[in-house]
Amino acid sequence: MILACLAGAIALPALSGLAAAGLARRPALAQGTACALLCAGAALGAGAGAAVLAGARAEAAELGFRLDGVGAVFLVAICAVAAAGAVYGLRYHRQAEARGAAVRVQLFYGLAVAGMVALVAASNAIVFLVGWEVMALANFFLVLTDHDRPEAQRGAFLFLMATHVGTLALFAVFALLRQAAGSFDFAAMAGLPAGGALGTRVFLLALVGFGLKAGLVPFHFWLPPAHAAAPSHVSALMSGVVVKTGIYGLLRVTGLFDGIPPWWGAAVLAAGGASAVIGVALALAQHDLKRLLAFHTVENVGIIALGAGLGLLGRARGEPALVLLGFAGAALHVVNHALFKSLLFLGAGAIQHATGTRELDRLGGLARGMRATAILFAIGAAAIAGLPPLNGFVSEWLVYLGFLRALGRPGGLAFAAVGAPLLALAGGLAAACFAKVLGVVFLGTPRTAEAEGAHEPPGVMLAPMAALAAACAAIGLAPAALVPPLGRAAADWSRLPAHLLAGPAEEAAAGAARVSAVALALLALVAAAWALRRRRLAARPAAPAVETWSCGFSAPTPRIQYTGSSFAELLVARFRWAVPVRREGELPRGPFPATASFRTHVLDPVLDLALVPAALAYRWLSDRARRLNVRRIQLQMLLVLATLVAVLGWGFVWWPIP
Amino acid sequence: MTPRTLLHLALLLALPPLLLGVVNRTKAVLAGRRGPPVLQHYFDLAKLLRKGAVYSRTTSWVFRAGPVVGLAAIATAGLLLSMGGAPAALTFDGDFVLFAYLLGLARFVTALAALDTGSPFEGMGAAREVTFASLAEPALFLCLLVLARATGSLSLGGMLGPALPAAWDHAAPALALAAIGLFVLALAENARIPVDDPNTHLELTMIHEVMVLDHGGPDLAFILYGAAMKLFLFGAILSRIVLGHCEGALASEALLLAGVLGFGVGVGLVESFMARLRMNRVPQLLVGASVLSAFALVLLLR
Repeated sequence: MILACLAGAIALPALSGLAAAGLARRPALAQGTACALLCAGAALGAGAGAAVLAGARAEAAELGFRLDGVGAVFLVAICAVAAAGAVYGLRYHRQAEARGAAVRVQLFYGLAVAGMVALVAASNAIVFLVGWEVMALANFFLVLTDHDRPEAQRGAFLFLMATHVGTLALFAVFALLRQAAGSFDFAAMAGLPAGGALGTRVFLLALVGFGLKAGLVPFHFWLPPAHAAAPSHVSALMSGVVVKTGIYGLLRVTGLFDGIPPWWGAAVLAAGGASAVIGVALALAQHDLKRLLAFHTVENVGIIALGAGLGLLGRARGEPALVLLGFAGAALHVVNHALFKSLLFLGAGAIQHATGTRELDRLGGLARGMRATAILFAIGAAAIAGLPPLNGFVSEWLVYLGFLRALGRPGGLAFAAVGAPLLALAGGLAAACFAKVLGVVFLGTPRTAEAEGAHEPPGVMLAPMAALAAACAAIGLAPAALVPPLGRAAADWSRLPAHLLAGPAEEAAAGAARVSAVALALLALVAAAWALRRRRLAARPAAPAVETWSCGFSAPTPRIQYTGSSFAELLVARFRWAVPVRREGELPRGPFPATASFRTHVLDPVLDLALVPAALAYRWLSDRARRLNVRRIQLQMLLVLATLVAVLGWGFVWWPIP
Repeated sequence: MTPRTLLHLALLLALPPLLLGVVNRTKAVLAGRRGPPVLQHYFDLAKLLRKGAVYSRTTSWVFRAGPVVGLAAIATAGLLLSMGGAPAALTFDGDFVLFAYLLGLARFVTALAALDTGSPFEGMGAAREVTFASLAEPALFLCLLVLARATGSLSLGGMLGPALPAAWDHAAPALALAAIGLFVLALAENARIPVDDPNTHLELTMIHEVMVLDHGGPDLAFILYGAAMKLFLFGAILSRIVLGHCEGALASEALLLAGVLGFGVGVGLVESFMARLRMNRVPQLLVGASVLSAFALVLLLR
C-alpha cells in the first residue's frame, strides 16, 4: 500500500508536465491538470511518509526502494513544498501568458520532484544516483527558465558546475562503498566500520559531494545566484527542499557506518557553525530580497548541520540523548526550514509580482497595499528568526538542548557546547536581518512609485502561503506530538536499539509540551494586553492621524528613511572578515563638493575572492602553455612523452605497494 | 504552583517601576539633587494609561501591535524565571533558551514598530538596538552555560535554585566572571550607561529611547512597563547569583528584595560615575563580555 503510494508520488509528478505539454491548446486547463496531478502525487507521498513515521515499514528491495524514518521526514517536506509551489505557479507563472516557458517549468518541476522522491526512497546507490541526477538536471533547466537573462545564465552555469563536481565526488563515494560491501544495496553496506581508511575517504568525499548540494560554507557559492535567478516558486522548491537532499545524503551515508570516530561529528559541527554565522552575515549585507533569502538558506543548513554533528558525536561517544536531540533537531529543522523558507520565497514572488522589483531599497510601505502578504511574510520571518511561538524556535531549541546535554558530560565532549553561543549569535543576526527586511519592504513609506502602487496577489497565490504559515504556527504551538516519530527516525539513522532512545525521546517530548504551554501563555498575555489597550483607548475620543514626528523636520520625504544598507551597516562592519564589500564612487570632498556618487557591491568570499581568481590564473597558465609548443613537431612530441612519463611514473612513486 | 511562586509573580508585576525609581533616586542623591519621588514611575504609568494615543499616518498594525506583543513577551519570560531560589511557574530543561528568545521577540517587535514610523531617527535606533543585541546574545548564552555547568542543571529553576550557593564552593572564579559579564549585559540590554543614556536629549545619540519616540498613551505605558520589567528580571538573576541564600522563606524574600533594589543602586552608581561609550566602542564592550564569560566557561570545562 505504502509502496503503491510511493510509486504514485514518483510517477504522477514526473508525468504532470506531459499534461501541460499535451493540452497546450488550452493553457488554463493544461496547467490545472498538471497542478492537480502533481498535488495528487504529493498527497500520496505525504501519506506514505506519514505512515512510515507512524511506525509502518515499506520495502521493495528488488526494485531498489525502501522508505525508512529518515527518508520519510524528507519526503513529507518535499511533498508539502512541491504542492504549495505548484498551486502558487497557477497564477504566478501562467501558461496562458508564458506559454512555452511555463510548459518547460512544469515539465522540469515535476521531474525534479519525482527525482527527489525517488532519491529519498532509494535503497540502492544506483537508484539514488539516478534520482539525484534527474533532480539536478531538471533544476538546471528550471534556473534557466528566463534563458535570455544573463543573471539566469550565470546562475545556471554555476549550478551545473557545482552539481557535477558534487556528483563526481558521489560516484567515488559509492564506488568505494561498493568495493567494500560487494553490492550497491544500502542494506549490504550497513554496518561498515568507520574507523579505517575507507571510512575516512568516504566521509570526506561525502562531505564535499553532499556539502556542495546542501550549500555548506565554503561550498555555498553557487546557491544564491542560482536560487535568485529562478522563478519564485522554483526558488521555494530549491531552497526549501532541493538543498536538503544534500543533508539527506550526508545522513544516509553516515548512517551506514558503525563505530563513528568523534572527529566526524566535530567536522560536521565546525562546517555547521561556519555556515550558520557566515551565511547570516552575508545575508545581512544583501540588497536583493531573493539573494538575501538564499543566503539564509546557507545559515539554516548550518543549523541543521549543527544538529547532525551533535548526533554524530553522540553516536561516537555512545550518548543516546545526544543522538536523539541532535538528530531530532536537525530533522525537524529540515521540515521547518522547508515550510518557512518556501513561504518567504513565495512572499518574495508576490512582492516582485506586485512591484516588479526585488531591490530592498526600492520598496517600502507594502503593508498598506498588501496586508495579507505582509502578515504571512511576517510569520515566516519570525519563524526563520527562531522566535517563539513558531516552529523555528522548536527545532533550534532541540539543538540547544543537545548542546546542553553535551555540556554536562565529562571530557572533551563538553567543549561541543560552544556551539550554543554560535547558534545564539546566528539567531540574533537572523532576527536583525529580518527586522531589516520587514522594515524596509513592508513598513514606513513607499520609496518608489512601483512600491506605492503595490497590490495584493490573487487568492490562488495567497492560499498556499497561508497553508505554509498555518503549518509553521501549528508546529510551533504543538511540537510534542512530533517527537516520538522523530525518535523512531533517529533509531533508523543511528542503528541504535529503539529502547535506548525512548527515554531521551520522552524527556524531549515533555519539554516540548512545556514549550507549547509557554507559547499558549504568550498568546493569552498578548490577547489580554491587547484587550486592555482597546479598553483604554476606547475611553477617549480618537485623535486625528498626523505626520510622523521626525524631530521637527517639516517636509519629510520617503528618502530620509533608513535604507536596508544603512540598517545593516553597523553589523556588516563587524563582519568585514567574512563579507567583502567593494565600494565605488567619489565621496564629497572640500567645503563645496561638486558631484558625489557612492555604490557598494557585496562580494562572495569564496566565489569572487577564490574561485574566479583561480580560474583566471588557470586560463593565463593555459595560454602560456599553448604558446610553448606550436613551433616544432619534435618539441611537441617531447612534451607528450614527458607528460606520459610523469603521469605513469607518478603512480609508481606514489601508490603504496600492497 | 507554590504560594512563594505566586508571591514572586506578584512582585514581578508590582515592583519594576519601583526599581527604576531607586535607580533615579540613587543618581539624584549622588548628583546632590532631590530628584523625583521614588514612586514617580507609577504615577507616570497611571497618567499614560489614562491618555489617548496619537498615531502617525505612516504607521500600520505593526506599530500598534509592537508594544502589546513586547510587554507580553517580557511578562512570559518572567513566568520562566526562578526568583530567590524558589521554583518558577514553569520550568523545564532548556527553558533559558526560551527565556532568551522571548526577550528577543520583544526586541524584534519593538524594532519593527520603530521602523513602521518611517522616521530616520527611529530607523537609526532600531539598527543600533538589533546590532548590539545580536552581539550580546552569545555573551548571554555563555553566562548561562557557565551557570548550567556549575550547578549541573539545565533549567533556570535549577541553575538559580538551591544548587547555586553550593556551586560557589567549587566554581567561584567562573561564577564571579559570569556575574560580571551578566552585569555588563544587563546594562546593555536595558539601555543603560555606558551603552545608552536613558536621559539623553539628542535623538542622534539614542538607542532605545529613539525607537519609541512616536509612541504615546497606553502604548508608551506598555513599553515603559516592559522595559522596567526586563530590568527587574536581570536584577533578580544577578542578585541571586551574587547574594547566595539564607535559611527560611521570609529571610530569602527579604534577600531577594534587598538584592534587586541593591542592583538598582548599582546601576545608579554606574550611571553617576561613568560617561557613555562612543557608539563604535559598544561592540568592543559586548565582545569583551563574551570573552570574559567564555573564559569562565573554559575554567569550568578544563
